[in-house]
Amino acid sequence: MDFFREMWVITRKDLRAELRTKEAINASLAFSLVILVLFSFAFDPTEKETVSMSGGLLWIVFAFAGTLVLNRSFAREVPNDCLDALVAAPISGAALFMGKALANFLLVLAVELVSLPVFGIFYNVHWTSHFWSLMLVLALGTWGLTVIGTIFSALTVNIRLRELMAPLLVYPMLIPALMSAMQLSMDLIAGKPLGGENQIWLRLLVAFDVIFTALSLVLLETVLVG
Amino acid sequence: MREKLIYSLGVIAAVLLARDLYSIFMQLPDEASQGMIYRIIFFHVPAAITAMACSAVACVASILFLVTKNFKHDAIAVASTEVGLAFLAANLVTGSIWGRIIWGIWWTWDARLTSALVCWLLYAGYLMLRRAIEEPAARARISAVFNIFAFADVPIVIFSIKWWRTQHPQPVFWGGGSIDPAMYLTALLNLVALILLGVILTLIRLRQEEVQREIDSIRRYAHAV
Repeated sequence: MDFFREMWVITRKDLRAELRTKEAINASLAFSLVILVLFSFAFDPTEKETVSMSGGLLWIVFAFAGTLVLNRSFAREVPNDCLDALVAAPISGAALFMGKALANFLLVLAVELVSLPVFGIFYNVHWTSHFWSLMLVLALGTWGLTVIGTIFSALTVNIRLRELMAPLLVYPMLIPALMSAMQLSMDLIAGKPLGGENQIWLRLLVAFDVIFTALSLVLLETVLVG
Repeated sequence: MREKLIYSLGVIAAVLLARDLYSIFMQLPDEASQGMIYRIIFFHVPAAITAMACSAVACVASILFLVTKNFKHDAIAVASTEVGLAFLAANLVTGSIWGRIIWGIWWTWDARLTSALVCWLLYAGYLMLRRAIEEPAARARISAVFNIFAFADVPIVIFSIKWWRTQHPQPVFWGGGSIDPAMYLTALLNLVALILLGVILTLIRLRQEEVQREIDSIRRYAHAV
């Protein structure tokens, strides 16, 4: 039980710090809107084309905008030596990681839930036909994005060129998760239900989440403390 | 001792490669449907297997480093990753040449090709990450963690051909394919030759790493004095 209490303390701390300044979330939200607008200039798609590129477009937006939140996750602890305090605090590395990941997950998900209807309006797409399935895919894909983003934020927190290195490492690592999330979102927006042919992608996405969550939980302490 | 090992392995690899090249170009006939170009498979597949072996070695070495904190394992990890990256590049390039002849295109976003490229990018990221960290202990620790993450991506490459609909040919050597025994033998011997080559290159690279660390420590000592 202690684990969840500790985790929740970290989550609350991160959410409160973010909601007071709204630095990352505002930037992320604005960025996702800008990309959505840019894409419509770049491709000028017809309605049918929009459906077939919807999954890709959405997840590119989510991945790019999400990184803005995720990159700062550990970097914001560096000024005032907060990171040292967190490491010295009597909680396990796993709880620290889960707490931060959960806070990031909620923030990124909030950005996504705002940009999804905006996408529907701008591109004139009816995306709610399989609403709950789409929410499931959104949650699973975002969790994968968050886990990788959070652990890599910890990995790169003390290195030169941090802002450059993190996306360089995060995006290739995310490709399997993004691929399946894109495929599933596209199918769902096109009106195909989950299951059958696209079930393999759902399994891949779940496996990705499970594998990398477990790895991160085991390795976070090594990353921060050594 | 290490010196002698490298030279003797080198002789064996050279003899094997000469034998295989003779067999590939002089003895084995053209394949029935692909003609001349099928010969690339004798390098394409062994290069892929060698690259995977290298990444497995790097992953084990990274885990061992995190457990023992012995810098020897860090040196093995970086040496093995660099060599594996070279073999994976050879695999991608030979595959691309084959694709140009048989498919008529240099590249396709097929699952297996894509995953191989993703692995290449990941391990290139590993080498870049190392360059961005100056402090040796932090560099070894952080890149070891990254290496383990990258290795988790490798199974997806191996299984992708089974999981996804794919344009890449199904396995010829293992897993239901059929091949002439003479071709199989040559492919197997060439695999041994390329793996030996990988071992030799890794050993040479390892020595460079060790010398580099020695130079660094002498330099630090000189600064301290």
